[in-house]
Amino acid sequence: MEPVRRIVGRALPLARADVDTDQIIPSQWLKRLERTGYGPGLFEAWRKDPAFVLNDPRYDGAVVLLAGANFGSGSSREHAVWALLDAGFRAVVAPRLADIFRNNALRNGLVPVETDADTVAKLVDTVRRDPTTSIAIDVERSTVEAPGLRATFVLDEFSRTRLLEGLDDIAVTLRHERDIGAFEAKRPEWLPRVR
Amino acid sequence: MGTTLSEKVWERHVVRRAPGEPDLLYVDLHLVHEVTSPQAFEGLRLAKRRVRRPELTLATMDHNVPTNDEPAEEISARQIEAMARNAREFGIRCYPTGDPRQGIVHVISPQLGLTQPGMTIVCGDSHTSTHGALGALAWGIGTSEIEHVLATQTIALTKPGTMAVIVEGVLPMDCAAKDVILGIIARIGTAGGTGKVIEYRGAAIRALSMEGRLTICNMSIEAGARAGMVAPDEVTFAWLEGRPFAPKGVQWQQALDDWRALATDADARFDSEVAIDASALRPYVTWGTNPAQSVTIDGDVPDPDALPAATRESARRALRYQDLTPGTPMREISVDAVFIGSCSNARLEDLRSAAEVVRGRHVRSGIRGLVVPGSMGVKADAEREGLDRIFTDAGFEWRDAGCSMCLGMNPDILRPGERCASTSNRNFEGRQGPGGRTHLVSPAVAAATAIAGHFALPSDLR
Ligand code: SF4
Repeated sequence: MEPVRRIVGRALPLARADVDTDQIIPSQWLKRLERTGYGPGLFEAWRKDPAFVLNDPRYDGAVVLLAGANFGSGSSREHAVWALLDAGFRAVVAPRLADIFRNNALRNGLVPVETDADTVAKLVDTVRRDPTTSIAIDVERSTVEAPGLRATFVLDEFSRTRLLEGLDDIAVTLRHERDIGAFEAKRPEWLPRVR
Repeated sequence: MGTTLSEKVWERHVVRRAPGEPDLLYVDLHLVHEVTSPQAFEGLRLAKRRVRRPELTLATMDHNVPTNDEPAEEISARQIEAMARNAREFGIRCYPTGDPRQGIVHVISPQLGLTQPGMTIVCGDSHTSTHGALGALAWGIGTSEIEHVLATQTIALTKPGTMAVIVEGVLPMDCAAKDVILGIIARIGTAGGTGKVIEYRGAAIRALSMEGRLTICNMSIEAGARAGMVAPDEVTFAWLEGRPFAPKGVQWQQALDDWRALATDADARFDSEVAIDASALRPYVTWGTNPAQSVTIDGDVPDPDALPAATRESARRALRYQDLTPGTPMREISVDAVFIGSCSNARLEDLRSAAEVVRGRHVRSGIRGLVVPGSMGVKADAEREGLDRIFTDAGFEWRDAGCSMCLGMNPDILRPGERCASTSNRNFEGRQGPGGRTHLVSPAVAAATAIAGHFALPSDLR
């Protein structure tokens, strides 16, 4: 994973609550064997509507998605995160993100920005009024800024370091291989093994 | 102060704990399927890593597979072949299509006795919460985490919160486990369990069969929870005894002693508690596009203006998508298709309850009825009882095991605008095919609806 320190750029005001992963990337797109190439499938069904915000050229090049509460609910498909990244997004701002989606985002360097509903609403307003507004997200300080607005978001220490340093999670865990081995030696005999 | 079931299972699996870091947890069982795993195996290959414990890993094919005699189309076939290849290359046991043990991953593992109390189980699928019905701590993970578990047999996670959903009282006659969980989600909402493990407690939960508990835990994720659990008891032990992977002989006794110690202590406290009166529940039907948007079958399509302000906009959008008018009685809504299947409701008990309703009757003309057993094992059991004949005589299609119309990855999809009564767990827009409209119900209501042509209870049929 590439390190992520700061994201600066335009935002897309999606501003809908309960957007599930089936909307972010429909199941027909889950047949691919790669981690890339999902961009065209992002919000595929909604995109058929010319009035859908993603079709509005004023928001072309947006790197921040302004979402509603409970964004990313539903399935565990990491393809939802891959599709957002593939379409150019680097951060998702919402009052609350679904658990698995948030985990998946962190593992791919898509910054999950959970901040209060009021801040999200203000950001949406600002961007709707002026789509060229630039939003800055600072991972180290956990802040999101727009002209006349500055808010913080919740990011635990571990996740922050992981984003800032672009760590390979598996390599980090394998440093503790001795602990894993010691644990394995004590597991009860009756636990099932697939043979 | 005592600890809860989920905390006990968590603590037993901590491999490493350090300040400011998530716990590193050991994974007892990793279930793998063809759709979310290819990129994880590819990652291992690129980094020249192996699977640490192949014998704690089981693969099958379910999401993509055809459930009739047609061959899989080319792209699905590629994914199915990739699963077989990856399993071979990394030394993992795989139950492929055509194997008598193949089926939906969350149906086969409990059925084979692989899912046991006190275990940690993960799978690249959000409905892994299903396995909590046996007292396991089980949750869905993404593809990067799959790769991590394959390589290390562990997962790094922050400890979830705890929530108790206590269901007391006796469930009315025509209510099933599905109605209990739909009722719970209607009450706590799609984010009601966010960040928490729900423990389902109370007399009404104890009274449920293992199949019913699996249905309830299955939909924990629909309430936003990380996982759902039921404390192991005599129902659990009776279910497990004698299954292929269950402990045998002396080990069975050791395991039983261990499992009995898992229950939440009397003085333990949950972060939050919700009480539900089972006797006040009714069969539910969803009207909207998330599982919290439901009413009882005696109700009407709601008027968004009468709903709490925060849910109004999404209710309006849902009604537009579902093409429903406020005030319409649910019983007057007719359907084009009925799907009895999925990891929510395609176990033997579910098929029996549907078969009982359709026996000697016929599916309303114009309705497509699909019965897709959750596993080839369930299919074989059902056929031994003659359930297949009851369904086919009534005009249903009787299929092989797979996810099928639950998520519409194989050719079993709704056409745009078609309306379906479905025993699955998600009614998201387009879930069963682009433009399709899904209403979640229990197997008995799905069966009665197929006969009546509109939403109905078995007792509505003449
Ligand atoms: S049956 Fe449906 S919910 Fe269950 S694993 Fe398959 S696709 Fe997911």
